[in-house]
This record gives sequence, structure tokens and C-alpha cells, in this order.
Amino acid sequence: MDFQLSEDHITTQKWVHEFAEKEIRPVAAQYDETEEFPWPVIKKAAEIGLYSLEFYMESVAQDPTGLVLPIAMEETCWGCAGIALGIFGTGLPLSALAYSGTPDQIMKWAPQMFGTPNEPRVASLCVTEPNAGSDVSALRTSARRDGDEWVLNGQKIFATNGGQAKVHIVVATVDPNLGHRGQAAFIVGPDTPGLRPGKKEKKLGIRASDTSEILLEECRVPLDNVVGGPEKLEAKMEKARSSSTKQSAALKAFEMTRPSVAAQAVGIARAAFEFATQYAKERNTFGRPIIEHEGVAFKLADMAMEIDAARLLTYRAAWLARNGTFEHAEGSMSKLKAGETAVWVTEQAVQILGGYGYIKDFPVEKWYRDAKIYTIFEGTSEIQRIVISRALARN
Amino acid sequence: MDRDFGLTEDQREILAAVREFVREKAAPAAPGYEEKHELPRDLFRRLGEMGLAGIPYDERYGGAGQPFLTYLTVLEEVASGFFSLALTLSVHHLSASGLHRFGSDSLKEKYLPRLCSGEWLGAYALSEASSGSDAASLRTRADRSGDGSSYRLTGSKRFITHGGEAEYYLVMARTGGEGPSGISAFVIERGWEGFDFGKLEEKMGWHASPMRELLFEGCQVPAENLVGDEGEGFTIALAGLDSGRLGIAACSTGLAQAAFDAAVAFARERSQFGKPIIEFQGLQFMLADMATQIEAARRLYREVGRLRDAGGDYSQAASMAKLFASDTAMRVTTDAVQVHGGYGYMQEYPVERYMREAKALQIVEGTNQIQRMVIGRRLASS
Ligand SMILES: Cc1cc2nc3c(=O)[nH]c(=O)nc-3n(C[C@H](O)[C@H](O)[C@H](O)COP(=O)(O)OP(=O)(O)OC[C@H]3O[C@@H](n4cnc5c(N)ncnc54)[C@H](O)[C@@H]3O)c2cc1C
Ligand SMILES: Cc1cc2nc3c(=O)[nH]c(=O)nc-3n(C[C@H](O)[C@H](O)[C@H](O)COP(=O)(O)OP(=O)(O)OC[C@H]3O[C@@H](n4cnc5c(N)ncnc54)[C@H](O)[C@@H]3O)c2cc1C
Repeated sequence: MDFQLSEDHITTQKWVHEFAEKEIRPVAAQYDETEEFPWPVIKKAAEIGLYSLEFYMESVAQDPTGLVLPIAMEETCWGCAGIALGIFGTGLPLSALAYSGTPDQIMKWAPQMFGTPNEPRVASLCVTEPNAGSDVSALRTSARRDGDEWVLNGQKIFATNGGQAKVHIVVATVDPNLGHRGQAAFIVGPDTPGLRPGKKEKKLGIRASDTSEILLEECRVPLDNVVGGPEKLEAKMEKARSSSTKQSAALKAFEMTRPSVAAQAVGIARAAFEFATQYAKERNTFGRPIIEHEGVAFKLADMAMEIDAARLLTYRAAWLARNGTFEHAEGSMSKLKAGETAVWVTEQAVQILGGYGYIKDFPVEKWYRDAKIYTIFEGTSEIQRIVISRALARN
Repeated sequence: MDRDFGLTEDQREILAAVREFVREKAAPAAPGYEEKHELPRDLFRRLGEMGLAGIPYDERYGGAGQPFLTYLTVLEEVASGFFSLALTLSVHHLSASGLHRFGSDSLKEKYLPRLCSGEWLGAYALSEASSGSDAASLRTRADRSGDGSSYRLTGSKRFITHGGEAEYYLVMARTGGEGPSGISAFVIERGWEGFDFGKLEEKMGWHASPMRELLFEGCQVPAENLVGDEGEGFTIALAGLDSGRLGIAACSTGLAQAAFDAAVAFARERSQFGKPIIEFQGLQFMLADMATQIEAARRLYREVGRLRDAGGDYSQAASMAKLFASDTAMRVTTDAVQVHGGYGYMQEYPVERYMREAKALQIVEGTNQIQRMVIGRRLASS
């Protein structure tokens, strides 16, 4: 047991932090205001290799501790969570592909998800529908086989990167009788007719991130575009018909990415905490810096402690995702703790700035708005509690 | 549960009229004003016509001569439909209350009728860039002229709600030495020479409640416009805040109620896993807690309102009401977003706005730390 980060980790941390400080922070308010997609920042991230398939295939995949990705996520979100989702949003469809895709599929599609440093691209994972959010088994989007093609029909909502992506991974129902076990993920390549972005959402926070509706109307993709390949799908369906099997692949991907999501939340919390601490040292009331009033000082102490607790749970979950399994829903624990911590810490940071916390001259109000998404997406806090308590009931 | 339990027939009648106005006029207009970042001046004027811009003030000055409690219940009702409009009413009241209680007859005759009718709008200016919680350290100067006929104001006031919009400003400035006893209160009109405004502040919420800096560069104020005596300004400011805090408690309760109503409606409509999400205990208990806290906040601010109407010492209790109700508004609005899941995060639904609005309630008219100081100090000294 060793709580030290390795040399490599520290190098990654510094590298990403520098990028966040120089390229993300200075433009965060602007993208928050305009709700534009931060292509110029993504391009810069691609140029230095932070936004690249290599980063995932080399730095992340070859890291035996599993910590590289959470470390990079925390630093990026320290800069701006909205922009960070532009940079790391592709990681979600990538892991859905990498988790159950065939080697050929990964070779073919992963590079297309990222594009090139000169012409970066992003990808999107489309699961949620108007009537299927927490309950992913209720998906209505259908995949019908027609000769050597799949035909997709349905409506997806809230897809991160949805309106910008060239590659969409769409989860759809092949056999409605089997619930989530009758679902499969489909790769929809660039400019496929029948897939088009619908409404782009206006949001409370992470406004640099594109959240869009995706409409599928007789969208045809080749038979081979089912993630895992058609043979595996057949076998899976057969098995599902005869017995009860485990979770769908899409859900598995969610489970494994939870520590990364947790790390993002930690990044926002830390940004707000650092800012509030500095402010509390400089702002005077009643003849002394407010950090010398216990009412403020104790808040800062709790914030520091909560952030550390969240990060430790995150590191543990990330390590387990690589080196073991989640026996006690450790992934969900990290996401739940970090999401709730981010909301609480950013709210306290606004409070510590007083009136200045409420105006846009300071970044704290934005972090507060950004943080709330972390108790909602990638499994709401309630869903994490369900996962954790079910693990308790099972063990 | 009868929300209006304990109110008189009179109060119920007034509330019924207010409810109709809120339902028909104010609530539907709220999103538009918020989006345009515009003060709902026409709706405020309408409140004035309904006799609601000076509810607890003397009929002699155009007020309605009603108990303070009536005013508070009206605020709650308005806040539940159009939060910023309730704030407008609350700040307007705050600005007039110092004059009403401490001003000379002639000053009251001059300004109160216009304020009570809603023809004029008021603002209250205590905070400065480097003095908020520690308001007694304010630096705006008011120097008396040699012949004693006027004062010259120099300095600036930050975070002033209605700055640039109001015609009437109650301004606290320093006429004497350091500390609270060197502060005096003045009535200043928009348009006077040497009185200008900074840029419109960009905030997280309260968009229909414009806020600007007040800039005084040798603004000449007639001595008659001094409210109370020289050196009495801080007392006047704090007395206003005692009432104001109850107002903020009522606004907080209304806002929390709006968020709660939206959350319950959503939770009944929305089904996941084959049943309405309100049937999941995890969610239902959250809603039960929200309901309980709102009702407690309502009971608390109303009871303190009664204490005030009965002439009791209500300052500590007003701090309790403000602290509890604004914390409740924060928690309830945040949970209302949570109940809405992904939809709660979208501007298409109102709850994300409620959450942004709630946060400032824990900051204005004394941060919630300052409320705890007010409550705690009494405990330490008695
Ligand atoms: C900004 C943003 C980005 C997103 N990005 C993506 C994306 O890239 N891809 C994608 O597929 N989806 C994405 N989503 C969707 C997101 O995953 C869902 O919003 C989330 O899973 C919740 O689903 P819902 O919104 O339908 O809420 P619901 O599932 O309707 O939940 C409403 C409320 O009910 C509670 N609840 C539900 N079931 C229970 C229960 N059994 N017990 C107790 N409480 C319960 C929930 O916790 C929540 O409080 C995104 C959402 C947002 C807001
Ligand atoms: C939307 C909005 C509208 C406003 N409208 C008006 C208005 O109309 N008129 C007006 O005059 N002002 C107005 N204000 C200003 C408001 O009253 C001040 O922001 C508030 O009093 C806090 O002061 P500050 O911002 O200077 O914070 P500070 O006083 O600097 O406080 C910073 C932090 O330190 C804490 N703190 C300070 N002292 C102590 C202590 N001794 N012990 C423990 N904690 C402490 C505070 O609670 C806060 O968390 C408004 C503010 C906002 C945000």
C-alpha cells in the first residue's frame, strides 16, 4: 500500500495542469457565456496529445494503477468542466467501443472518433431517451435487421457531444422482450443518412459542452457495426433468452468510467476551494482576514477534508477498476461522494465570497452551476445509492 | 393542510387578490423579464395600484395601514410566482422603512406617498466594495457645508439593487468619525448632480432585479434630506434590516414553495422502472423533508411577524427566520433540480433558475454567518 503518486503521475499532473491554466481557464467564462463548442481548445489539446487516441492507448491503458485518467480529468476540470467534457467526452463512447468491440472495430472506429490534430473530431454515446433515463431497460429506439444492414429508429436526448460528433454509438433495442439484455450498441459513422442532431439544450452549467437530441429515422448501418460483431450479438441474445445474464455492455462501460466522472467533480471542487481559500486570506472584515473568523475557517477545513475524502475514494475506485473488481460498488461510491462534494464545496465557496460570489466578475458562481451536473448524469446520486445498497444486500 | 391557518379574514381576502394577480399576470411574465434582464416596472406599478407598495405604512402617507404580517404573506405569494418581483417589493419596502420610522414629518410627506403608491421605486444603499458584512466600516463621505444647509457626498456604493432604476435612494454615509456612530442616513433622488451609476452587474440569478454601483462625486444633498439625526444612520440601517430579514424569509419561503410544487408535479408525472418516481421511497422521503422544512420556515417567519406587530423585540428572531428560510430555499431548490434528473439541469424547466435565485438569499441583508453572529452574540451576552 503506497499513497505516493509516481513520477509519471506527477509529470502527467503538471502537464495537464499547465494546459488547464494556460489554455482553459482564460477562456472558460467566454464559453460559458456563449455556449459555443470549444473547438479551438480541443484543437490545442489535440496538438499536445492530451486529446488523442494515443493518450488513451498509451498513457491510460499502460498505466498499471489506473490513476492517470482521473489525474488528467481532475486537472482539466480544474480549468473548466464544460471544456473538459469537450476534451474527455469522447472517452465515454470510446470505452463502450473498447469494452466490447472487436479488435477490428476498435482499429477502424477509434481513430475516427478523434480525427487528427489538424482536424480533431469528437464522438458521442447515445443512451438516454425521453422516457428512459435512470431506467435504461426502457429504451424504445429500435434496431431492426434488414438483410446486411441494421435499421435504427428512435429519439435520443441529452447526448454529450451529440451535435458535434462524427461517430455516434447508439444503444438500441434488438429484442424488446429481453429488456436491457435485448439491447446492443451500434456504431453510426460520419454523415450516415438518417441520423441528425435535433435540439441543443441550454443548461445551468457545463455550457461549453454540447448536449443534444439525436434523431434516428430509418438510419441504416452495416451489419458489422453492432459493437462486438453480429455473431457475438446472436450468441448473447440466445443466452439471454434461455437464462438470466449480467448487465448490458453499455451499463458495464458506465460502471468502469465512474471513477473518471468522480475525478471531474473533484477538479471543480478543488478549483472553488483554492479560490475561496485565497480570497479568505485577502478579504478583511471586522479588522482581520475572514479566514481568521472560525465561521469561515471551519468551512474551509471541512471543504479540504471532503475533497480529500472524495479523491481518495476516486483513486481507490480507479485502482480497482484496473486491478480488481468492484465488490462493494466502489465505483458508485466514488461518483456519489465526489458529485455531492462538488455541489457542497462550490456552494460554500460562493458563500465565502459573499456578494462577490454571486456576480460574474469571479469564476466561483460558474463552478457552482457546473458542479450540479455531477449528481445527475452518469447515474444520479439516487441510482448510485441503489447500486451501493444492492451490493450490500447481495454480499 | 391550511397554509393560511391563523390569518384574519382581511388577510385572506388580500391574499386571494394577490394570488389571482400572481397566477394571471406575474407568473406568466416572469421568464420573459428574467431573460431580458429587465425590471418588471409595470407589474410593480400594478402592485402599487392594488395598494401593495406600502402595506404596513401609515394611511396618512398613502400606506395601507396593515399589519406587517400581511405584507410578509403577500411577499411570499408573489415570490412563489415571480421571485424577482417579490424582491423588488422587499427592497422597496426596506428603503422606505427607515424614512417611515425615523424621518421628519416633512420628509415623510414629501416622499412616502410617492413610494406607497408605487409611482416611485426605492433602493437601499449600505454596502460598499470593501464593506459588506462589516458595514460600519463604510467610507462614503457626507460633509456638511459651512452654512449647514447641505451635505456633499463622495464615494461609491456597490451591489445596490435597483441602482439606476429607482427614483429614491436611502444612502448611508459617513458624517463623523470611524465606526457606527459616524454614519448618517440620507434620502437622495436619481438625477441629482454628482450622482451617477456604474455598469449593470452580471449575476448568477435575480436577472429581473438590476443591480448597479452608485457613484457620488460631490453630490449636493439638502440638509432636510438627512433622515433622523446625524450619527443615527447605522441604527436606521440596522432597523431596516431587521424588517428586511423577515421579508427575505418570506421571499425564501415563496421560492422554496415554487420549487417544491414543480418537483412534486414532476415526480407524479415522471415514470421510471414502471412506476411514478414519487413512489420510490428514496425520492418520496426527499420530498417529505422539503415539505416539512418549507412549512417550518413559513410558521417561523409568520410568528416573528406577529411578534413584530405586537411590538416585541424581534431582532434575534428575525435573524433566525432569515437563516432558516434561506437555508431551506437553498436546499429545497437544489433538491428540486435533483428530482427532475437531467431535465432539472435544462433552462427549459424553471427549477435551475430557482436554484440560482436561492443562493443570493443566503448572502443578502446579512450573510447567514452574520445572522448566526446576531443570534449567537445575544446568547453569549445574556
Ligand atoms: C448535461 C447532461 C449530459 C448528459 N450526457 C449524456 C450522454 O452523453 N449520453 C447519454 O446517454 N445520456 C446523457 N445524459 C443523460 C443522463 O444520464 C440522465 O439525465 C440521467 O441518467 C438521469 O435520467 P433522467 O434525466 O431521465 O432522470 P430520471 O431517471 O427520470 O430521474 C428523475 C429523478 O428520479 C430519481 N429516481 C429514478 N429512479 C429512482 C429510483 N428507483 N429510486 C429513487 N429515485 C429514483 C432520479 O435519481 C432523479 O432524481 C446527460 C444528461 C445531462 C443533463
Ligand atoms: C444580489 C445582491 C443584491 C444586493 N443588494 C444590496 C442592496 O440593495 N443594498 C446593499 O446595501 N447591499 C446589497 N447587497 C450586498 C450584500 O448586502 C453584501 O454582499 C453582504 O452584506 C455581504 O457582504 P460582502 O459581499 O462584502 O461579503 P463580506 O462581508 O466580505 O463576507 C465574506 C464572507 O465572510 C463571512 N464573514 C464576514 N465576517 C464574518 C465574521 N465576523 N464571522 C464569520 N464570517 C464572516 C461572510 O459571511 C461571507 O461568507 C446585495 C448583494 C447581492 C449579492
